Amino acid sequence: MLRRPSIEDLNTVGHYLGRLVVGIGVAMLLPLIVSLVFAEWAVAIWFVIGASISFIVGYLFLLICPVTRDIKWLHGLIVVPIAWLVAMLLGAIPLYLSSHFGSFLDASFDAMSGFATTGLFLIQDIDHLPEGINFWRHLSHFIGGQGIVVAALTLFTRGMLPGAYTMYESEAREERVLPNVAQTARFIWMVSFTYLILGSTMLWVVGIFEGITPVRALMHGVNLFMAAFDTGGFAPQSQSILYYHSFPYEIAVIPIMLAGTLNFGLHYALWHNNRRELYRNIEILSLTTTIFLTFTVAALALTKVEAYSSSVSLFRKGFFQIFSAHSGTGFMTISARQFPQEWKSLAMGAVVVAMALGGSAGSTAGGLKALRIGIIFKTFLREVKRLISPPSAVIVETYHHLRDVVLEDKHVRNVMFISIAYFTSYTLGAYFAMYYGYSFGEALFESVSATANVGLTAGITSAKMPALLKIVFILQMWAGRLEFLSVSALLGTIIAGVRGR
Amino acid sequence: MRIIVTLFIVVVLGLLGPNLAEAVSSSELIEKAKDYDGEAIAYEGEVIGDVMRRNDYVWINVHDGKSAIGLWVRFSEAGEIQHKGNYKHEGDRVRAKGIFNRACPQHGGDLDIHVQELEILAPGYEIAHPVSWRQVVIAAVLSIIGGLMFLWERARKKRVQAGLE
Repeated sequence: MLRRPSIEDLNTVGHYLGRLVVGIGVAMLLPLIVSLVFAEWAVAIWFVIGASISFIVGYLFLLICPVTRDIKWLHGLIVVPIAWLVAMLLGAIPLYLSSHFGSFLDASFDAMSGFATTGLFLIQDIDHLPEGINFWRHLSHFIGGQGIVVAALTLFTRGMLPGAYTMYESEAREERVLPNVAQTARFIWMVSFTYLILGSTMLWVVGIFEGITPVRALMHGVNLFMAAFDTGGFAPQSQSILYYHSFPYEIAVIPIMLAGTLNFGLHYALWHNNRRELYRNIEILSLTTTIFLTFTVAALALTKVEAYSSSVSLFRKGFFQIFSAHSGTGFMTISARQFPQEWKSLAMGAVVVAMALGGSAGSTAGGLKALRIGIIFKTFLREVKRLISPPSAVIVETYHHLRDVVLEDKHVRNVMFISIAYFTSYTLGAYFAMYYGYSFGEALFESVSATANVGLTAGITSAKMPALLKIVFILQMWAGRLEFLSVSALLGTIIAGVRGR
Repeated sequence: MRIIVTLFIVVVLGLLGPNLAEAVSSSELIEKAKDYDGEAIAYEGEVIGDVMRRNDYVWINVHDGKSAIGLWVRFSEAGEIQHKGNYKHEGDRVRAKGIFNRACPQHGGDLDIHVQELEILAPGYEIAHPVSWRQVVIAAVLSIIGGLMFLWERARKKRVQAGLE
């Protein structure tokens, strides 16, 4: 029997939603400052409007739902997906006011793409964007990548009770790095800010050496860092990384994408000098293997179609795109239409597989995740061993992920649920795109890119795309980022609200 | 003999002429890159972003309204570029003649144009972004409402803490 949510449940959900929405308003003050620094007065006004509306909506929730009780598991599962939708609508306000979008739907698409760290975009004339708006686009990667809830948890730690951990988990973060969720949130921010300073400085210096003026190089460095570390994929210019025509720039963003695609639990181990974890962790083994395999396929395919004539070109185009896809970033060093025109089916297929597999669990990357791929492989091994062993034999399979874990059926069940959800989304999105006349290969490419929050495009995603397809991609980015669990809980609650007792 | 040579020149120019006279669009170059690979072409558009110096050459990116393509230009040729397109400027509109590369072996496989001749068609200019007073009024009203709601929520919290609610 379904239990209809009570008024108290709605109060709790509304209260925590209000807190998170106020957090979005606070975040908008940063691009407001950037706009003022660059004397972009009109832009500053857009952020005042966006932040004010966020505060009004947030405080309205808090006044209507003045609950101070701790939240339960189900509340957390419901708050998070709604918070992401509300964040999308509010985050879209300054974007829409910039007049760089054909409609509010387009601005919402980019806002969701930013928060979900996807990187697909419908914005027009990127090359004439103000610094404030460009900063907001990239900051949305940073906020969404760390997790909107993680961000809010850090802001409102005093008021958050232990049950907030359910919200943390609902954002597809599986590891409680430290015993306390607020401490974990703070650790994530500490790591992120340390990398932000190091990575932005590195990109800034490279930018200056590559002929960009210091101030512009700094803004490019900060923006690109946020997009790379949070495996987002937005870039300050329309050509993505190709804009720089620079091998050093490409080399510099690769380790940042790598850092972004690693598990925060692993970052914690490395910060505490536990380097053995690097060699033993199932995610690292899985990630290294699948990157190697997908790049091998792509390299063979690109060589066969004579796309590139040297190994340097093969690395700068082939490896970069595969790594960008696998890490879930979506930076490009080729034009979108070069995928179908020059890479052809097999190499594109390798990119689709890389995107579908994704990075590490507990990172900002999307896709199935390396941990699940590792568990699927271990399950396969266990079943083979079981087949060739006597019926009385007890087969125990283990894997190492921050600690030694015995493979149990509950792990396999969880992996199967998420995997089926991802594959269903990949397929449904592709069917929607094919309905509008796109080829199977390009449709699948775009659908996987949206669900796995990658951001590579074969050219389908544009302002001219049908409105329904834009909505489908928004839903894919949203559900994919939250790994379907909390979205399923929200749908279940809505059904319970209608049919339950 | 002179007539034959003149005729030959006219025919050759007639065949090559359209290629160089008419600028090829970025979408045409990207979609049919293999057809244009290694060919002399003309390309037009707005200089965007930065002029990035690399020794005796510079990279500029030129946007023709559909996409941008990287142009590898001798530094001396690029000296006349005054405005680069960004939020505050419309970039110079240029016409470049040069060799198109589908996957340039010199530049790590970039799709680019090695420019032999660069002409400024129209200089760029500053773009004014006047503040909309209607938006200023809306922003002021909304921020006052937001501020009042913040104070109201704080007062309510204090009452709760004091046990009055």
